[in-house]
Amino acid sequence: MAALLQQIVSGLSTGGVYASLALALVLIYQATGVVNFAQGEMAMFTTYLAWTMINAGWPYWAAFAATLAIAFAAGVLIERVIIRPVENAPVLTIVMVSIGLLTIFNSIAGWIYTYTVKPFPSPFPSTPINLGPTTISLQDLGVGGVSLFVLVVMYVFFRHTTLGLAMRAVVENPVGSRLVGIRVGWMLALGWGLASLVGAVAGMLVAPLVFLEPNMMSGILIYAFASATLGGFNSAGGAVLGGFLMGVIENLVGTYVTFIGTELKLTVALAVILLTLLIKPTGLFGRVAVSRV
Amino acid sequence: MVRRSRRPNVPRKIVLFALGIALILGLHVKTAWAQDPGVTATEIKIGNTAPYSGPASAYGTILKTVAAYFRKVNDEGGINGRKINFISYDDSYSPPKTYEMTRKLVEQDHVLLDFAPLGTPPNTAIWKYMNQHQVPQLFVLTGASKWGDPKGHPWTMGWQPTYYSEASVYAHYVLDHIPHAKIGILYQNDDYGKDYLAGFEDGLAAQGRRLIVNRQSYEVTDPRIDSQIVNLKNSGANVFVNITTPKFAAMAIRKVHEIGWRPVQFLNNVSASVGAVLKPAGFEASKGVMTGIFGKDPSDPMWKDDPAMKRYYAFLQRYNPAADPKDAFNAVGYSVAQTLVYVLKRSGNNLSRANIMREAANIRDLNLPLLMSGIMINTSPTDFYPIKQLQLAKFNGQRWEPFGTVYAGAINRQALVQ
Amino acid sequence: MRLGLLLVAGVGYLLPAALSSYQTFEFTQVFIYAVALLGLNILIGYNGQFSLGHGAFYAIGAYTTAIMTTRWDIPYGWAIIAAGALSLVVGFLFGLPALRFEGLYLALATFALALATPQVLKYFDTWTGGSQGIVLDKPSVPLGLPISADQYLYYLSLTVLVILLLLAHNLLRGRAGRAITAIRDNPIAAEAMGVNAALYKSLTFGVSAMYTGIAGALGALAVAFVAPDTFSAFLSINFLVGSVVGGVASISGAIFGGAFIEFVPTYAQEISRAAPWAIFGLTLIIFMYVMPTGVAGLIRRVAAALARSMASEQPAPDSQTAAAEAAEGNRGSARAVLGKPD
Repeated sequence: MAALLQQIVSGLSTGGVYASLALALVLIYQATGVVNFAQGEMAMFTTYLAWTMINAGWPYWAAFAATLAIAFAAGVLIERVIIRPVENAPVLTIVMVSIGLLTIFNSIAGWIYTYTVKPFPSPFPSTPINLGPTTISLQDLGVGGVSLFVLVVMYVFFRHTTLGLAMRAVVENPVGSRLVGIRVGWMLALGWGLASLVGAVAGMLVAPLVFLEPNMMSGILIYAFASATLGGFNSAGGAVLGGFLMGVIENLVGTYVTFIGTELKLTVALAVILLTLLIKPTGLFGRVAVSRV
Repeated sequence: MVRRSRRPNVPRKIVLFALGIALILGLHVKTAWAQDPGVTATEIKIGNTAPYSGPASAYGTILKTVAAYFRKVNDEGGINGRKINFISYDDSYSPPKTYEMTRKLVEQDHVLLDFAPLGTPPNTAIWKYMNQHQVPQLFVLTGASKWGDPKGHPWTMGWQPTYYSEASVYAHYVLDHIPHAKIGILYQNDDYGKDYLAGFEDGLAAQGRRLIVNRQSYEVTDPRIDSQIVNLKNSGANVFVNITTPKFAAMAIRKVHEIGWRPVQFLNNVSASVGAVLKPAGFEASKGVMTGIFGKDPSDPMWKDDPAMKRYYAFLQRYNPAADPKDAFNAVGYSVAQTLVYVLKRSGNNLSRANIMREAANIRDLNLPLLMSGIMINTSPTDFYPIKQLQLAKFNGQRWEPFGTVYAGAINRQALVQ
Repeated sequence: MRLGLLLVAGVGYLLPAALSSYQTFEFTQVFIYAVALLGLNILIGYNGQFSLGHGAFYAIGAYTTAIMTTRWDIPYGWAIIAAGALSLVVGFLFGLPALRFEGLYLALATFALALATPQVLKYFDTWTGGSQGIVLDKPSVPLGLPISADQYLYYLSLTVLVILLLLAHNLLRGRAGRAITAIRDNPIAAEAMGVNAALYKSLTFGVSAMYTGIAGALGALAVAFVAPDTFSAFLSINFLVGSVVGGVASISGAIFGGAFIEFVPTYAQEISRAAPWAIFGLTLIIFMYVMPTGVAGLIRRVAAALARSMASEQPAPDSQTAAAEAAEGNRGSARAVLGKPD
């Protein structure tokens, strides 16, 4: 029983990591209607920037804030410069371009920073807390907490601010939005900027747990995909919940389903994606998108 | 006119005939010396493949130092007057790429031998090819135990202690020094991990194997391994054998510490880097971890005044200033290059592939400057495992502290029965 | 198309006389990649579906061949056919749920497939040899032909490529081809016209997987070794880049793409030893902008322009103008999939 609890708690903390990246994915999907395959690598790269600043002697929170600002600007810039020319192209074109970005970020990070793992400081102490028979580190709690906090901020932003509403309007109806005077192009860029920012938060939260290296995000990205699919790509809350669920599913399946064990963990993510799409393609919390022919 | 022109024809025929015979004889004599490709009066061409790009590129620095060492040798006059021409291609650790690049080395660049190709999967990909073409695949940089197979693969030889040997040393230590051991093992689920596991289990022998209370595996693609560590702790183990690659090793050591588990810890040599593993894991968490080493750790201040270490630092400063001298990989490159130079020097002017393999298989008690004292390179026509001994060391919070005597690791005979 | 194919085949069959053994091997690889890309092109270019996971089918083909030839001593010829058949079935089955997904979800699912492939290969280690992989025997030259084993493999791959090129050409030109492209251009209209979109989509996925599986089988024979590390997600991305560079909506593009995958990384290594993948990624993006129809599209456009300028100088026969127009039309439809609609 204690073991089960420990696995669940440990799964929840890993889930926080998936949740934060899933949130970034969903953000771009909601803002622009595409999935950014380079999301994980962008997050990784910005985390390296933070690492560089911290190593240069900046205090953690200063580096954190500066990284968020750079990430936001980089996201906007990437949308304006790289995505813009193919903005109206079919989804697949943008997917291709994002895959191009994925390989570029990955190999440039490897080139500049090498593939040796680097420790990344955490704002939360790693002291364990005893919760009855199980222990959880403050760091794990922090990761989950920050993902939830970012979710709340995003919820408020998209529900209750003019800018957020404008961004949602652009996705629902670009032509109509343009007619009422919303600058569609900039709204899309803003979406990329925000996603990049959330991704940077995810990267900086994850790095202390898994260590900083160029492939840090690739395994996490696939779980984030599964989380977002499970929760529903057009539901930010669903994606975060999906993230926590994935973390727990991963651990429980790995521990208790013996033929899978820990050897087929990635396949679990694949199975979750396929099953969700087969049984409930919109995910647990997604809405059915109706398109006019 | 006609006659005249005909007359010299007869002697010419004889001359031609004689020349022909001489040529054949000459060729025959030449084949007796059997000059293989890649060697001229002024040059020895040596090939290599290694990952310079991609996730495994951290290993690439080993071969950069090897190249630098050959530059030094050339500057000092080469080997018996011949300069080493070292051609090293990037295979990004991808087996088909290794195969392709190796074929290029052998068939297009005409190298004499393939020296220190890196990685178990890449070396497996060219294993058959090299042995079919009878080109030495010499001192491969991988710890798999399958490379010491003189009967089945006489053209392939390992260098470093095998994972199997290393793990058997840990097993012996557990049997000798930890009376009520309950062992938990974490291993990477591939042949590297399984090789270690086999070495450890065989080292415990049948009755000792009962001491293992839990085995956990992980995949290289797993983001985290917390769940495995929690399972190990819950199994009640008091000995933790950590068979993981650097990133996971650091995660494991930290997690063990974090959840308040205090077992006796063995860390495989693959991840014994202070900078890349113990520092990220935290020095406090790493205290007391044990490993087996065979080379002097260049980052260890203990060797500050060691003349061999000083020479190594001076060499890197001059020939590969971009490299981090504290990175133990560079020390590996230095030592493995020295091993080849030793073999080439001993081969003298008989630089045939067969003779080089013969020399490589007849090394007696060679101690290289950067190996721990007491660790000797020994090979024989039936022993293709150059380094077999290990020195145990314990991390004291700052550096690896050698303790006890040098252990001789077991050799995996079973792996060769295939 | 016919003329071009004849030319390629002719040059291809004569080439080994002028090549060293290593170059022969390189060209063998080009043909093998071309077969794989052909499969991807049928799927992406003609059917408008997306796969980031074709490396998985390449792996299925390679492992089928490796297991059948080494474990069961089945002749490699049968193994290649079995590899194609198995890939066809697996591809079809994967395509069944896939047809329910939008493009984006299919991309996600196939991407996950690509990432999971090495793990699955390691898991079934009693068959696949785990991460040690399987070492194969190179097929020996049959009938006592006076050629080397490398040259034999070269001819084998070339012949398979030519057959599969013809097959693709005929398939896409016929009734099935029209249905396949109709689904790409306007799925709803196609369905209204009585095309069973669901069936055709999974069938196309199956056929596409079959091509890539056959390529995998040949690849395993050429390299004589299979291991899980070979079939990482980067293999799938590699295919994608090759496909885009060659031209997704073209049959001949597969050959250019194959040449790109084989030769460019070596040069990329010389340009930037540290980050050859960055060059790959950059190439992908640049092609998406500048040449969404790839090299094949460029050649077609140049040919069409030449034909037009000739037509303006002297009244050209009707057939030539028609050909130029047809080529243009083809280009247009390729853009509809991958480029910005004009």
